[in-house]
Amino acid sequence: MTEKLYNNLLFQSIFLMSFLILVGLLIPNWLVFVITKAIAYGLVGLGIITLMRGGLVSFGQGFVFGIGGYTAGLLGTQAGLTDAMLLLFVSFLFTGLVGLIIAPLLARYRDIFFAMLSLAFSMVLYGILIKIDAIGGSDGFVLPESTYFGIKPSSEYADYVLYVVAIIMTGFISILLRYYYDSTPGLIALAVRENELRVEYLGSSAFNVAVLNFTIAAGLGGMGGALNGIALGHIDPEFTYWTTSGEFVFISILAGYLSVPAVFLAALLLELVRSFSGRYFPDTWQLILGLFLILSIIFIPSGIGSFFKQFFDRLKKSK
Amino acid sequence: MVDEILTIVLDGAIYASWLFIVALGLTFVFGVLKILNIAHGGIYALGAYSTATLVPIFYSLGMPEQLVILAMLVSALAVAIVITPIMERGILRRFYGQDEVLIVLVTYAIYLVLEDVQKLIWGMNSLYVSEPRELLGALEFGSLYYVGYDLALIGLAIFCGLFLWFVLNKTQSGKIVLAVIHNPEISGCMGVNINKVYLAAFFIGAFLAALAGSFTAPLISVQVGISVAVVIESFAVVIIGGLGSIPGAVIGALIIGMARAACVHKLPEAEIFIMYFCMAGMLIFKPKGLFQGAQARKI
Repeated sequence: MTEKLYNNLLFQSIFLMSFLILVGLLIPNWLVFVITKAIAYGLVGLGIITLMRGGLVSFGQGFVFGIGGYTAGLLGTQAGLTDAMLLLFVSFLFTGLVGLIIAPLLARYRDIFFAMLSLAFSMVLYGILIKIDAIGGSDGFVLPESTYFGIKPSSEYADYVLYVVAIIMTGFISILLRYYYDSTPGLIALAVRENELRVEYLGSSAFNVAVLNFTIAAGLGGMGGALNGIALGHIDPEFTYWTTSGEFVFISILAGYLSVPAVFLAALLLELVRSFSGRYFPDTWQLILGLFLILSIIFIPSGIGSFFKQFFDRLKKSK
Repeated sequence: MVDEILTIVLDGAIYASWLFIVALGLTFVFGVLKILNIAHGGIYALGAYSTATLVPIFYSLGMPEQLVILAMLVSALAVAIVITPIMERGILRRFYGQDEVLIVLVTYAIYLVLEDVQKLIWGMNSLYVSEPRELLGALEFGSLYYVGYDLALIGLAIFCGLFLWFVLNKTQSGKIVLAVIHNPEISGCMGVNINKVYLAAFFIGAFLAALAGSFTAPLISVQVGISVAVVIESFAVVIIGGLGSIPGAVIGALIIGMARAACVHKLPEAEIFIMYFCMAGMLIFKPKGLFQGAQARKI
């Protein structure tokens, strides 16, 4: 039964990915760019929902977002590495490693204290980055154009190629995460969310769950940061600022922790609201974004993912 | 050398007193309503803007100069009166009892809205109201000159802190608030109108934020973006002192104020991140802050 379900998932995901890649050819270039950015933000949001499954919310994912972005940027400008896939992968690994190092420190905290300490980390990084003039200080720096297997796509297709790469890499990561969520350690996280002390009495470690989840969240956030930097072609300390982190939390709350695709849908919604209100109401886009946040929290408190879950549960029942 | 230390201490104290007034409101609101209010910074900015609007009107009416303080108080009060019903009654009330982090996100959304409300009302230009700053003249410390108004801020901060402490600990309504902080459900059963207490507490918090804004307005150019830094700075103060603790806010403000003043004079590169550094350090070694008692764990 489970074997069949997993095959199903793989098939569904590959179908969805191919569909999106084909759609990318038809939609205008700006939308391709917006979706790529949404994928970048969605990756960070995916990290936060991984933490949320264990009952933690980080208000400082800008920290890993920034580290990922700067890793990709510095490898590009200093080491001459321009292969986008390699940059994304290296940022994922490196930020994951950084996450693994600071995770034991963070994993001791819960609730608002976890949120605040992660926020403090991101702001310390922000304070340091704007002071290092060698990497542009508060202005940041420009990334070299990306290549793919040594080929540099012409400028009209550059956005599309990155979009395809982002969809494929993110698609496979999402599949792996789904497997992880349904595995034993992934399910223990849900138990920790319900009652940490009982989980410990039953012989599992809530601390280890938090460390593992934070490491995964860090890797995902780093990859998101790298993707965002490559898509924009520019990196600055704003990546690590608390307002950026706030947007990631919003994405994950809007999505809820039940569904992986919901995160990307939430990220896309945020990006669309931002780019439309930025275009038509340039002076009041924050107002519109803020109202959108409040309304969506009031009306969908458990997230878009809860709709997905209801829908699929009903589908299963009718079978 | 002595001058330098004196400069650092005085600069630090002035900065700390400003920070304390903001953080006092933040920590009080958290103590009573259990809401870490990001929009607090937005209310601070509204206070600064309303003073920048009201004080010139006040002068144009030809009122006596000394009463300008009154105009500043009125502008802070006006902001609190307008913002409290909208925020507390209108929005936050729907989220009581929900996850703390969710409420933080809601206040973040309100913060975003307030940012643009400032732009819509007052536009993108900087406003200046430096007149009140000249009111109290200058004072001399050895070879140093300090503006009297800046030093008076220290007095204002001490007054605010002592007043709130007095009300909470020595009056009946204060004790009711303490009871609500301790256990809202049981206080409710005893006949306390919790909603009223929450509204009043939020009003006081908003008033303190606006007050800090209106008394800072003469020191700065009031412009778009003054709230964004305040948010994290006041967070750092309450985290260092312990969420919901007034003595904690005093110590937190002093630590951040002094550290910042020392950095400005001795190590200007570190000025920006010293407070985040203090906040991170405190969280690592004493996560609940300096003045937070032990809490029962739910099994």
